[in-house]
Amino acid sequence: MIDEGLQNEMKKQGVFTTSLQDLYNWGRKSSVWPLQFGLACCAIEMIAASMARFDISRFGAEVFRPSPRQADLMIVAGTVTKKMLPQVVRLYNQMPEPKYVIAMGACAISGGPFKEGYNVLKGVDRYLPVDVHIPGCPPRPEALLHALMTLQKKIETDALTGEKRPRHLQADAPSEFPIPEFGEHDLVPSKNEQLWKPAPVVRNE
Amino acid sequence: MIPTLEQIKARIEQSVPGARLEIIPNGSPANQPSLLVSNEHAVDVAKFLRDDSELRLDYASNATGIDWLEKVVKEKVKVKRMVEGVEKELEETVEKKTPAYLEAVYHLYSMSLKHGPIVLRLRTENRTDKTHLPSLTPIWRSCEFQEREIFDLYGIIFDGHPDLRRILMWDAFKDFPMRRDYVAPDDYEYEPTPHDAVLEKAKCHFPIVETPEVKP
Repeated sequence: MIDEGLQNEMKKQGVFTTSLQDLYNWGRKSSVWPLQFGLACCAIEMIAASMARFDISRFGAEVFRPSPRQADLMIVAGTVTKKMLPQVVRLYNQMPEPKYVIAMGACAISGGPFKEGYNVLKGVDRYLPVDVHIPGCPPRPEALLHALMTLQKKIETDALTGEKRPRHLQADAPSEFPIPEFGEHDLVPSKNEQLWKPAPVVRNE
Repeated sequence: MIPTLEQIKARIEQSVPGARLEIIPNGSPANQPSLLVSNEHAVDVAKFLRDDSELRLDYASNATGIDWLEKVVKEKVKVKRMVEGVEKELEETVEKKTPAYLEAVYHLYSMSLKHGPIVLRLRTENRTDKTHLPSLTPIWRSCEFQEREIFDLYGIIFDGHPDLRRILMWDAFKDFPMRRDYVAPDDYEYEPTPHDAVLEKAKCHFPIVETPEVKP
């Protein structure tokens, strides 16, 4: 690793140095291509974010891909019903690594106003590894842009080697997640136990 | 002008012999009474309502279901009794049990004569095993998806429906989620401020952990 002071000094002299890791992460974070799909009203805000006023292309994420094979980012924009969930997980499984998930809006995070409904999944993080959660109902396009910037910061700090390297660089880490079956009363299983654990609660009466 | 419900009832009884009809009053400010039709004549009655030159109810805008549980209704009845040799009129409360049934409600309008709505009701015999009703989809095609929805959420089986499948839930689903005794699967998670029923649920999912008191 080159000392940062020396790096800056060299830059003044017109010599640009970088590390493979920085170059690799810079390339990845600057071309996060989202999968083009929306589930509910949050998708309208996602569309607004891609239009000229908010202009998601400033962040290199304007290329909404119609095929999961070409996408890096899944923006779960809207209410995920239990009937829709197997398709959402299947789309995620069909995306190549490295891949990321943004849960956009109250519904995708927790079920939102429909949490008590018989047909609504109480948060997509029960089945998918979510990188960034955006609260809001629906979140403003600025919030989606902020989530994208948060994701870019996360990608920026990824290490290529070592224990903390991201999932796609670990040979034994899963890149696909089990698709639940339609059961008689609920999805089977009702959550991915390895992925989702409710927050531990300590409560005094 | 559309005839009153009483006039419509009389005309149906004239042209569909044997049809048992009952006008169900509505006590709410809307004051919109509805017509309860016997199941075996429902299709004939519907055909009459659609084809009659004065009614022409050619558009069923809405079909929905209702789940009525068995309940006890208290009614005040005036009874004549002999009290100490003198006949007196007394008020007594009588408890009445209303039967449990499922109901399908249809709202009918006329596009050609621009009037409506007329509200039709069909009732099943009970809400456990005899939950069959005649389908009105052959009369009003717009009922097709709505009757499928009623079947999906309430479990009313519409005889004569061309394609009776679940429409919102998946085919393997066994429950009827809009029935009043439906119990949702217990996939509880943390609530920040639980109370009442939610508190009870929270107690069983997150047993109380005693934390040692922190001394200042």
